[in-house]
Formats: sequence, structure tokens, C-alpha cells
Amino acid sequence: MATANDLLAKIVESIVAGDPDLTVAMTEMALAAGVEPLAIIDHGLAPGMRIVGEKFSCGEYFIPHMIMSAKGMKRAMLLLEPELRARHQAVKSAGTIVIGTVRGDIHEIGKSLVATMLLSSGFEVHDLGVDVPVEKFIDTVKATGAGLLGLSSLLTTTMVMQKKVIEALEAEGLRGQVKVMVGGAPVSSRWAAEIGADGYAEDASGAVDLALRLSAPQ
Amino acid sequence: MQPKLKVLSDVLVEQIIAEAMELLRDPGVRVHNDEALNLLADAGARIDQEKQVARISEGIVRSSLDTAPSEFYLYSVDGQPTVHYGGDSVQFDPGSAALAILDSRTQEQRTPVTGDFVNFVKLVEMLPQIDAQSTAMVCGDVPPEIGDWYRLYLALIYMRKPIVTGAFRKDTWWTMREMLLAVSGGSAALAAKPIAVFDVCPSPPLLWSDLTCQNLVDCARNNIPAELVSMPLAGATAPVTLAAAVIQHAAESLSGIVIGQLTRAGSPIVWGGSPAAFDMREGTTPMGDVGTWLIDCAYTQVGKALGLPTHAYLGMSDAKIVDAQCGLETAGGTLLAALAGVNMVSGAGMMDFESCQSLEKLVLDAEIIGMAKRLIGGIEAREQPIALTLMRQLGHRADYLSEAHTMKWFSKELYLPSQVIDRGSLDAWKRKGAKSAFERASERADQLVAKYSPSPISAELRSELRAIAQSAARQFGVENLPPLEGI
Repeated sequence: MATANDLLAKIVESIVAGDPDLTVAMTEMALAAGVEPLAIIDHGLAPGMRIVGEKFSCGEYFIPHMIMSAKGMKRAMLLLEPELRARHQAVKSAGTIVIGTVRGDIHEIGKSLVATMLLSSGFEVHDLGVDVPVEKFIDTVKATGAGLLGLSSLLTTTMVMQKKVIEALEAEGLRGQVKVMVGGAPVSSRWAAEIGADGYAEDASGAVDLALRLSAPQ
Repeated sequence: MQPKLKVLSDVLVEQIIAEAMELLRDPGVRVHNDEALNLLADAGARIDQEKQVARISEGIVRSSLDTAPSEFYLYSVDGQPTVHYGGDSVQFDPGSAALAILDSRTQEQRTPVTGDFVNFVKLVEMLPQIDAQSTAMVCGDVPPEIGDWYRLYLALIYMRKPIVTGAFRKDTWWTMREMLLAVSGGSAALAAKPIAVFDVCPSPPLLWSDLTCQNLVDCARNNIPAELVSMPLAGATAPVTLAAAVIQHAAESLSGIVIGQLTRAGSPIVWGGSPAAFDMREGTTPMGDVGTWLIDCAYTQVGKALGLPTHAYLGMSDAKIVDAQCGLETAGGTLLAALAGVNMVSGAGMMDFESCQSLEKLVLDAEIIGMAKRLIGGIEAREQPIALTLMRQLGHRADYLSEAHTMKWFSKELYLPSQVIDRGSLDAWKRKGAKSAFERASERADQLVAKYSPSPISAELRSELRAIAQSAARQFGVENLPPLEGI
């Protein structure tokens, strides 16, 4: 029978190989072998994602690798979450973020890429999808107590919705609780400043840096 | 003989069309527009009202293809047929709707304002290689809500060449039509001699949003040419294999043909697109990618097989400054577009994907376009015999420069670039200030804009356009539009 260390090493390998089925199978085996869920995360999934992130940064890996690895991690987490709850344990999260493409805009890729990268960087991500009404952003921020909100807009005509969301946060008295990040092709740091957002990033890895910066204790 | 490029076998073209037809049957196309859904239902398509999905049979598609015109012309403002959509005619217009302009002095991107776009329109008029205008930039000195028609308004004031344009909203399409009617002199005149074509863009995969679908329906109903701009992003919003991306393009475009022809049989429509092969490292939409070019050439071939006029976004660059990457990507796409026989190639001047326009790049691109047009001019037998009489006459003398034959043919046989292309000696280049292509292009842009002769439209018509624009602007709370020279 494989030792805990062997199984954890296999989980790392499966994440790096971008093989979600294998990640799930190995996670199941590890749980069955009595490995603690937090150990599976800290010594299996997380180090695997770290290697994937490094390989992506140096140009060896491409976006499909990132997506497949994140998919494996997500599916493994679905197995681990009930186990964690049963033990009254929780994952150390880098922060909670609500993210979506604003009302009237159906562009998905950039936003989803940012969501995936945030997830693999340890954030708890609530992705609301595209064409998201202002109220839905507000309700989800309230329900999750998120400290970060990401608003994507790919059109000049929908950029104004980012401003509307910020105004609604203010009206609801939530603005102090949540830092707002904006992104999308027509969006610029100037626009971010103009509408009173807390930050802007021009690509997915920039968005992760920004999220880490904004969620760091002041 | 016009040299031509084919990237698909005939068998593959047939399979692409067959699979596209199958996709329209199952899973069908999403149509978020009630008017179009009703038209499709009346024609016999199976509609899932709740999901707003139309499943369209091959029979419906085939009868729409039968009524779609195989060719039409766009006319200049003074009534000359200028752009031929059809056959293997190849024409070029600037890339459209840039959100930034590359500043000539700083070489940094900034938000374009009215004066920038006016100069751009003038420059397009002055560059003979460019066949049509486009609403190339979104001006930042007016509110975004009026950005679409404001571009058309400015262009109409200064242009002679026809224009490729598009609306950002459902209601503003009518403002744009009102302006076109003013210039053409009524709806019958505009239909008989269209001066504009409207881009309508389905969203990948297989979706007609309410806005763009309404624009398509309104164009067709009013007999104004529409240009389908399907944009599969291979590997992201479309399959990564290029043939599959072309199938998605074909399915989206066929559904557009159906919606247009059901609205009004015989309304002019173009098989166009702006696909890209997703960049797997940066997550971007590279227009200078060879995969992107292959998808463009392939769908163009499919459109020709269906007997439709064609369009493609090609001849752009992803570079951020006008540098070597900028030149190589633009040249690659432009030459391939010409060889593929794309009727309207949109993209000149465009860089940083489809987000930044540059007057300097436009000047340089005009030379690439000139060369591409010369390339597809091919090689002909100008006289009979081709060489014998002349060469026997000269014998072994190398004195062709002083021959009447040279004088007669050189400007037809050779492409003669402007001096923006440096072909002088090293010493001559140094004497002229050792300038880069960008610097030479910048000087040429300034010279051409300064030489622009006023638009052919009357002062009365300009005032009328101004009145339409002012009245439309007021609806959005804009009291005063930026001033323009001469009106």
C-alpha cells in the first residue's frame, strides 16, 4: 500500500500534469488512507498549483495547463470540503472575491481567466458569470462578506456599469468593506481612478498581484 | 491571371458547410431578439422560446442562400461605384472602432478626440491604396452613449469614399441611418447606391445578441448592406482545431444570412469575420497570428463556395509601437488577404490587437496594400510577342531606360511606393536626416492631411448633418458637440 507521502507526491504530480481525474482519484485514495484533508491541501494541491504557476510564469506552461490544473484542484476541494467541515477546520484563504462581467456585457474569457488565476492563488472566488445586474453584485458581496469585488467590462458602452456598481455599494454602506478592482479592454487606470475603484490591472496575472495587494492587511 | 490562395481542399469545404448546417439544426443558434425569433418561427424553424434557441433546417438555410445577392457595390458620396463586394475583387479599409490612438509625438497611446478622427478621415481620403473609410476611432471628447453615430457624423462631413461602420446600440442605428439618408438624398437613393455597410457581430459561440440582431434586421429591412462579423476565438470561445473554428464561423454566419434574408429577401449581406487563434500564453486575441490568418483565409474560401461577397479583419498587428513586429504582422495578413481574394479587408492602421489606430501605421500599411494589390495583379503578357521584337531590336545593349517601351509600361508593371519606403543609398538616407520609417510616415501623414481638398458635400448638407447630430446629442444631455473646421 502506498504511503501518505507517496499519495501526496502523486497529487502534486497529477496537478502539475493537468489530469483532474487522477487528482480526484489520488485525493480519494489519500482520504481513504487516513491522510488529513488539510495535509492534502498543504502538501498536495497547493504545492502542485504553485509549480504550475511557476511554469506558467516562465513560459513553459500555457493557459490550458492552468485551467486543467485548477479544474483538478476545484474537484478535489469538493471532496475535501465536507471532510474539513466535519473536523471544524477551514482552509486558509487569501481572501474572498466576488467577480463578474457587468450588465449588458457578455464577454467571459478575461473575467474567467482572472477567476481561475485567483482561485489557484488561494482566493475564495464567487464567479457570477456575465451580464450581471448591479443588485446581484451587491447581494453576493453582502452574503459572502467578500473583501474584494472584481468588475469586468469589454465595451465602452458598459464601462459605466462599473461606476453604477460602486455607487450602489456606497448607497448600501458596503463601500468600506469591499475593495473594487476593474478590468477589461477599454478600462484604464485613469478610468479606475475616475470612478473611484481601488485598482485596475491590465491582465490576469496583474489582477492576482492587485488582489493580493488589496487584500493584504493595511 | 490573378494569383489565388486556397487553404482548404474542396472536400473539406463541403464538410465544413455540411457540419455548419448540422450545428444550426442541433444545438441551434441562440437568438436574443423577438423579432428575429418570430421571423425564424414563421419560416419553419423550431423555436425554444424559453431558451431563445432557434433550430434551423438545411432547407431554410439553402433558400436564404438562394436569395442572398452574390455581389453589390458601395458608392462614393458623389455617386461613383467604388467598392465591389463580389467575385475576387480585393479592397481595403481601416480597422474600426479603436479606443486609442498612437500619439505621433510621444508614440504613446491616448484617447482619440474629434480632431484626431477628422485628420484620420482626411488621410484615408488622400491615400489612394485605401478604398473605403471606416468609423475607425471612438472619440473620447463625447459621451460613450453617442460614440457610434458621432464617428459616422464626422466621417460623412469629410469623406468621399464609402464607409464601413456599425452601431453600438439599437436606437442609434436609426440616427446613423438618418445621416446616411441626408447624404444620399432619401431611402430609395441610399438603397440604389449604398454608401455604407454596417458590421453586425454574432457572439461566439452561436449567439445573436438583441442589439446586433436588431441592427441586422433593421439593415435588411431597409436594404442597407450588412457585414456579418463572426469572431470565433479558436481554443477559447470556439474549438482549437482551425477547421472546427471555421465550422463555427460558418454556422454563425449562415444563421445571419438566414435572419437577413428572412427579413427581406435579396438584401445585401457580406460573409465576413474577425476570428482569432487564442493566444495560449497571454490569453489575448492575436491578429498577427498565422492561425488567425489561416482561419480567415479558410472561411473566405467557404464564403466564395457559397457564392457570397466576403470580408475579413486582416492586416493588423498586435505590436504596441510601429516597429518590426508591426510591419511583419501587417504584411503577412495583408498579402494573404489579397491572395485569398477577400472583397473587403478591414484593418489598416490598426495595432495592439484591434484597439489602437495610428496615422503613421496607416501610411505604412497603404504601401503594404499597394504591394499586395500589385501582387494579385499578377504577371501578364503586355504585348505580342512579349519580348522578342523589343529584345531583337536592342540586341545586346542594356539601354532599356531610354526605350519608349519602358516609358509606356513601367508605371503599370511596377508598384511605385511613396518615399516613405526608403530605397536610397546609405549616404542619401543619412543626408535626409537618417529617419526611421515611423518618422517618414509621420511627415507624410502631415503632408497628406494638409493637402486634403474639401469634401464634396455642400455647406447646406453639412449644416443638415450638424443639425441631426446636435438633435441626437441633446437626447443624451449633450448640448454642444465639439466644433469642426468649416461648419
